[in-house]
Amino acid sequence: MGPHLVAQHDGDRSLILADQLFGIESKPMKYTGQSVLVLSAALSAVACGSSSDDGTGVSKQAVIAGYVDIVHATMVDTTNDAKALDKSVHELIAKPSQKTLDAARDAWKGARESYLQTEVFRYYLGPIDAVEGDINAWPLDEAYIDYVIGKPDSGIINDPSKTIDADTLLKLNEHGGEENIATGYHAIEFLLWGQDTDPDGPGDRPYTDYVTEGDDAGENAERRAQYLTVVSDLLVQQLSDITRDWDPGDETNFRNKTFLKEKPDRALGQMLTGLYKLSKFETGGERLQAALDSGDQNDEHSCFSDNTHRDMIQDVQGMKNVWSGTYVSKQLNETIEVPGIGELVKDADPVLYKHLNKQIGQSWDAANHLEIPFDRAIAKDNPKGREGVTALVESLQALGELIGQVTTELGLELVTQDK
Amino acid sequence: MPALVALSLLSVSFLSGCGATDGDSTEPATSQDSTSDDAERYPGGETTNTLLLGPNAFDNYVSNIASDHQSFFFAGNAFFKDAWVEAPASTEGRDGLGPMFNSRSCSGCHFKDGPGAPPEENEKFASMLLRLSVDGKSENGGPLPDPNYGGQLQPFSNPGVPAEGNPKVTYTEQKGKYGDGKSYTLLVPTYVIEDLAYGPLADDIRISPRVAPATIGLGLLEAISDERLTKLADPDDADDDGISGRINHVWDVTKKKSVIGRFGWKAEQPSVRQQTAGAFLGDMGLTTSLFTSQDCTDAEGECTAAISGGDPEVDDDKLERVERYGQLLGVPVRDQWQGDQIERGKKLFTKAGCADCHVPDHTTGDHPLTELSGQHIWPYTDLLLHDMGDELSDNRPVFEAEGNEWRTPPLWGIGRYNDVAGHERLLHDGRARGVAEAIVWHGGEGKKSRDAFVAMSEKDRLAVVAFVESL
Repeated sequence: MGPHLVAQHDGDRSLILADQLFGIESKPMKYTGQSVLVLSAALSAVACGSSSDDGTGVSKQAVIAGYVDIVHATMVDTTNDAKALDKSVHELIAKPSQKTLDAARDAWKGARESYLQTEVFRYYLGPIDAVEGDINAWPLDEAYIDYVIGKPDSGIINDPSKTIDADTLLKLNEHGGEENIATGYHAIEFLLWGQDTDPDGPGDRPYTDYVTEGDDAGENAERRAQYLTVVSDLLVQQLSDITRDWDPGDETNFRNKTFLKEKPDRALGQMLTGLYKLSKFETGGERLQAALDSGDQNDEHSCFSDNTHRDMIQDVQGMKNVWSGTYVSKQLNETIEVPGIGELVKDADPVLYKHLNKQIGQSWDAANHLEIPFDRAIAKDNPKGREGVTALVESLQALGELIGQVTTELGLELVTQDK
Repeated sequence: MPALVALSLLSVSFLSGCGATDGDSTEPATSQDSTSDDAERYPGGETTNTLLLGPNAFDNYVSNIASDHQSFFFAGNAFFKDAWVEAPASTEGRDGLGPMFNSRSCSGCHFKDGPGAPPEENEKFASMLLRLSVDGKSENGGPLPDPNYGGQLQPFSNPGVPAEGNPKVTYTEQKGKYGDGKSYTLLVPTYVIEDLAYGPLADDIRISPRVAPATIGLGLLEAISDERLTKLADPDDADDDGISGRINHVWDVTKKKSVIGRFGWKAEQPSVRQQTAGAFLGDMGLTTSLFTSQDCTDAEGECTAAISGGDPEVDDDKLERVERYGQLLGVPVRDQWQGDQIERGKKLFTKAGCADCHVPDHTTGDHPLTELSGQHIWPYTDLLLHDMGDELSDNRPVFEAEGNEWRTPPLWGIGRYNDVAGHERLLHDGRARGVAEAIVWHGGEGKKSRDAFVAMSEKDRLAVVAFVESL
């Protein structure tokens, strides 16, 4: 029996978890601090039930236990990055200048780096699915928020009769459907960059939009500042809520009360659903293919900042994390290594494992080779740029197919209902 | 008898409920026939989605999709799911919402491609709407819109344009008893429209409440041939079985002629394309080449004056993508298609005459998307209009469909409504809470089946419900 890398849970709790998971006695694991790697044959030895009768492979339970640690670490980073963004937003509001505006824009881009890696945790009615529409809604109802070209007085910001607070903005989202219109990353993006009318660069909202006094003062700057802080605070709050739902220390949250209580096959099915939907339907599907299909300059998700290429790269990075069981936390400057889904496949079908490994690497390369900015890459008069986008689409589609094969190979369904 | 000729041609002789017995088939045949059982596990034939299930069970494309159709599906998926926004916006290809609307996105009503439901108490109408009309017919034979509010009440609007009004629904309970003495409670809806912004409704106003139907398998239903529907129809009940089954002849705005209707609660739309374009305009305020102008009435000046998102707002390419998306949405596999209770339920379902209108299976004809052609499908509908009784009537005729008449809705996927949409509200206005209530609501031509269900033992009723929920 070979040793396996497992994530260290925090102290005694890992015992409870292990007992809940496996329903059998497990030896206490030594507490060596959070997110530290331990070589533990013990866990996988007691854990191996279904998948590794010969005792040589990784157990489904170990993969599931590793996954929840990756989710939590990614969410912690995402929340911290959003807090850093929030801080810089407040600095911009306190002292509007090109410098504070640029700093806020950088912080927004930084915050997207971790958030995009959480998209692979969607699609199984987990904690993020309930609020994704508030957090990452796109396209954005710009004219509902602020002035746009052709409508200088439009938007809640320019209508002093409207209250700007979190409750009001969240209520707007209830008006007509699942899609959010007025909050989340892209609302903040719009308020930092403004409309992008330049084919070669991002939007260029002047910092004076936030200057409240003097000759430079922007129209309704105070209300704009308030809107920006409200949506930024709200983002932090909602991400913090999701993070709490994955916190190993909370016995009653989604992680401990729901996800880890699922039958292993169902939990794995949910993990694979995230991979399948993100690669095939979302990123490699509707996002890229709709953009490619229309060729419209602003048919891209981060259209104000021209940061869409990073969205694509980090979406793929998130898939890599779940597959390989590795998450590099830039915030905490450490790497979490757990048995990924790939480990299970490696045991069950080494050829498929290799194939998928290669495909995920290829997708990552393709994402990194997209022409920048993305809105140039999709333009109908830019065959070379479109070729690059097409390569990513094809790679993600192939990846989705392989994930489908993995699902079948492991005898799973993509999120089955309880019978 | 034409219906029986068609049926025996398709070797689905157990459908003989449509007429008298045809000699060799007095029993439902399929439940005894293992080949048919296996086939019935896959309601969409070769198109059946067997992979993506649970809450995403209605999200997947037909499994035999041609590779060059995938990009249509995914692009269409984006335009179906994403919100449309007010014009002008940076996302030029996605603006033009309103001025007035029921939803910002297709998926706002057809959430996860599932069915809509009536609003919770004190909530706004989100996946349900009210159609409006007055006495008389338009020049094409369709309903006449209300002079102030048009053909549909739109409770949402862009800034600067007053929304038309705020619909409310309340329910009173109606109690009844099954034959075995067990009681049931039905909900009887009453609708009011508050905050009417553009004057009174017409004195002869007719209001039809509609929930959004699930959008799976639309291409397969479209691929059922006109001939098949014509053969199933029995408008004058020539076979005297109490079931008429009428085709709704509706206006095709592209062909500029009257054709067979098959989509919508009264089969008022002839094609997925026209259904989609109709929903773009009526539900979201988005013009297409089929419906080029906004539904603003003379009373609605702000609506008329609002900025347009293009001419049309949804160009033909995008309309086609969304059309293809609907056509290519797959039908999920049946998890449970065997077992004593299910098979017993199916027999009872057929014996009670349910299958006379909820015709189990068809073989599709030719469709421009060839993956949909020639498939043996199990939608449990005849796509025809049937008198459902006064209690379900909306008193609002649409083309040839009378107020009492509704199109038999497909039953495939019905057992997954709860997983996908988080509710089990059924019937055109979502008044029924689950399959049993929906059956008990059946009147008119459905009364005989309803009465048979009510008279069953509890065990048998549960078997029927279990069977329907297994679809």
